[in-house]
Amino acid sequence: MSKYVIAVYVDNKPGVLTRVSSMFTRRGFNIDTLTVGEIENPAYSRITISLSGDEYTKNQIVVQLNKLHNVQMVKVLSDESTVKRELMIIKMKNTPNNRAEIMAAAEVYKGKIIDYSVSTISVEVTGEPVKIDAFIELMMPLGILEMCRTGIVAIERGAETMFSQE
Amino acid sequence: MKLSGSQIVIECLIEQGVTDVFGYPGGQVLNIYDALYNAGDRINHVLTAHEQGAAHAADGYARVTGKVGVVIATSGPGATNLVTGIANAMLDSVPMVAITGNVPTSLVGKDSFQEVDITGITLPITKHNYFVKDINELAACLREAFKIAKSGRPGPVLVDIPKDVQIATVEFEPEGVVESFPEKKVKDSKIAEAVRLINECEKPYIYVGGGVMSRNLGEDVMALSEKIDGCIGCTFMGLSSIPDSYERFLGMQGMHGHYASSMANKNADLIIGIGIRFSDRATGNTQKYSKGAKIIQLDVDGAEINKNIMVDAGLIGDIGDSLKRILSAVEEKSRPLWHEEFEKLKEDEKKIEKLNDEKSTSILPPKKVFEIINKHKDENTVIATDVGQHQMWAAQYTDFEKNRKFVSSGGLGTMGYGLGAAIGAQVGSHNKTILVTGDGSFGMNLNELATAVTYNLPIVVVLLNNGVLGMVRQWQTLFYGKRYSNTVLGRKTNFPLLAEAFGAAAYSAATVEEFEKAMAEAMKCEGPVLIEVAIEKDEFVLPMLPPGGSIEDIIVTIDKEETQ
Repeated sequence: MSKYVIAVYVDNKPGVLTRVSSMFTRRGFNIDTLTVGEIENPAYSRITISLSGDEYTKNQIVVQLNKLHNVQMVKVLSDESTVKRELMIIKMKNTPNNRAEIMAAAEVYKGKIIDYSVSTISVEVTGEPVKIDAFIELMMPLGILEMCRTGIVAIERGAETMFSQE
Repeated sequence: MKLSGSQIVIECLIEQGVTDVFGYPGGQVLNIYDALYNAGDRINHVLTAHEQGAAHAADGYARVTGKVGVVIATSGPGATNLVTGIANAMLDSVPMVAITGNVPTSLVGKDSFQEVDITGITLPITKHNYFVKDINELAACLREAFKIAKSGRPGPVLVDIPKDVQIATVEFEPEGVVESFPEKKVKDSKIAEAVRLINECEKPYIYVGGGVMSRNLGEDVMALSEKIDGCIGCTFMGLSSIPDSYERFLGMQGMHGHYASSMANKNADLIIGIGIRFSDRATGNTQKYSKGAKIIQLDVDGAEINKNIMVDAGLIGDIGDSLKRILSAVEEKSRPLWHEEFEKLKEDEKKIEKLNDEKSTSILPPKKVFEIINKHKDENTVIATDVGQHQMWAAQYTDFEKNRKFVSSGGLGTMGYGLGAAIGAQVGSHNKTILVTGDGSFGMNLNELATAVTYNLPIVVVLLNNGVLGMVRQWQTLFYGKRYSNTVLGRKTNFPLLAEAFGAAAYSAATVEEFEKAMAEAMKCEGPVLIEVAIEKDEFVLPMLPPGGSIEDIIVTIDKEETQ
């Protein structure tokens, strides 16, 4: 089992995300995360998919994506030369006993306190998924009230782009 | 020229070269049918008894003509009745455009009368689909639907049009027939790799599928087999693409394939797959499939390469172009040992068939039925089938000399497909069409007899009646300890009387002589005829690969006592 990140350019039209996700269900592909957003050209959206699987599954995902009419481009991003980021917002119980520890951890992880109330503290953390995982681990005993993560967005280092395919 | 949405639908169909459509009117396609009313001299509409029949008719029409089949249905139940037909076309890569009406956009999402999300429902069973909410996009969507349906690996596309879009008007300019998307030419290095594998092999088996049928590449395939001294086998979908009289053609391989073809596939050291997809019915156990053999696969659909079977050379792109380039580059070489081997396999097959013929205690064995059909048909006769034992016998025993003469549901295995498909095939080919069906399958959509009678279509329905669901029964006999759960129909249907009630001619036959006579008379009829043929309920389709087994486990003969 390896981890893969696949970037996909799709038409920015209603229903395209459903076409992509329905194909995953139908073909029995399991994915870890999927994010989608418009790019600089509003005609397209970029979908970033992360998955753990074997090479066969990864290849099948690529070829099956390519068959969808609204999919314009598919690229598997290489693990070593790709920058991956994920954002998390986590809401913690604010008590005299845990406050200092949350703030200290947030500082070490370069997190931001984005909301503070009498009873809660919300922290925003950005980074590679492993960093987010580690932060959650730290927060676990301190009373997590709620959390959400965006899933991975990723871009290749250096001159490589979506368009520089073989 | 300002036209309404429904007029645009009709004009786009005509512009795309459509001459025949199949369908059924209803509330949300009233406007389209109203526009059709004025276009009766330019487009022929065949009204079926049920939307499913219309979908299968569009499918059968597309199979025999190579054109895009078109079906029209209303919203809600009209649209959902198309679903099986669309899925059937998807699995067999049949080009089809399905047009459905929907409730006006203001009522969409409100669970309005006869509203369903048909684009959602058909998402996984179409190549693409459209929900056209803007009249300005209608013509472009329809044209693109045709383009997608016929490009690359063909398939069905659905266009759903709300009623208000059918009523709205917009400027319309007719255009020409849309071109398919251009197909990739395979790189020289890939062709060279395939040529090297062929030159180095000793036992080449050319394995052709639906791609060869839809691109009409039979001649090139035969030329390749001559040049490399190989033999040819086919998938179910490849049937009729190579003439059965061709001496290097061993017929269909796989679960119920010809012994010689399956064994040659197993013994070959090189498999040259052209327009095939290594379906589970063709390979049996994929772990054991053609171990030790090299495999070349040519397909326009890149997703078929390394999907079910890992190959040594995958040539993704225009299969006709690749085949021609391979043909001109490959060494001409005779392979006498292999030639001798596949000729011997043909002899072995004949011996096995003879043995099975001798064992048969039937008064009218199924094989005999097909011999008689072969005698009465000509090279232009279309053979349509339903699904089950009769279908496999048809695949094994019917002789085809010309391409696109076999109309049958391969991938989806749709019982009830046959009569609708035969209607479409007859309308498309203008030739005599023989539907071979069984009492189970025929029971599913026999209402289309009404359609065949209304349009006085020369369709001969050969109904093999054994009173049971024969294929399922065969499995129950062999693998479920003869526990015939719900496969004994025990119906009292009088099929000839039923056919007559619909207005068709009818015969019944229980012996070779009776069937011979009925067939001769039926072939002379101008309209639809039904021949009910009584056959034994315990006839088997042989050979057979057992479930989970591979070609090594092929069952070629069964002693009835053994199954007691």
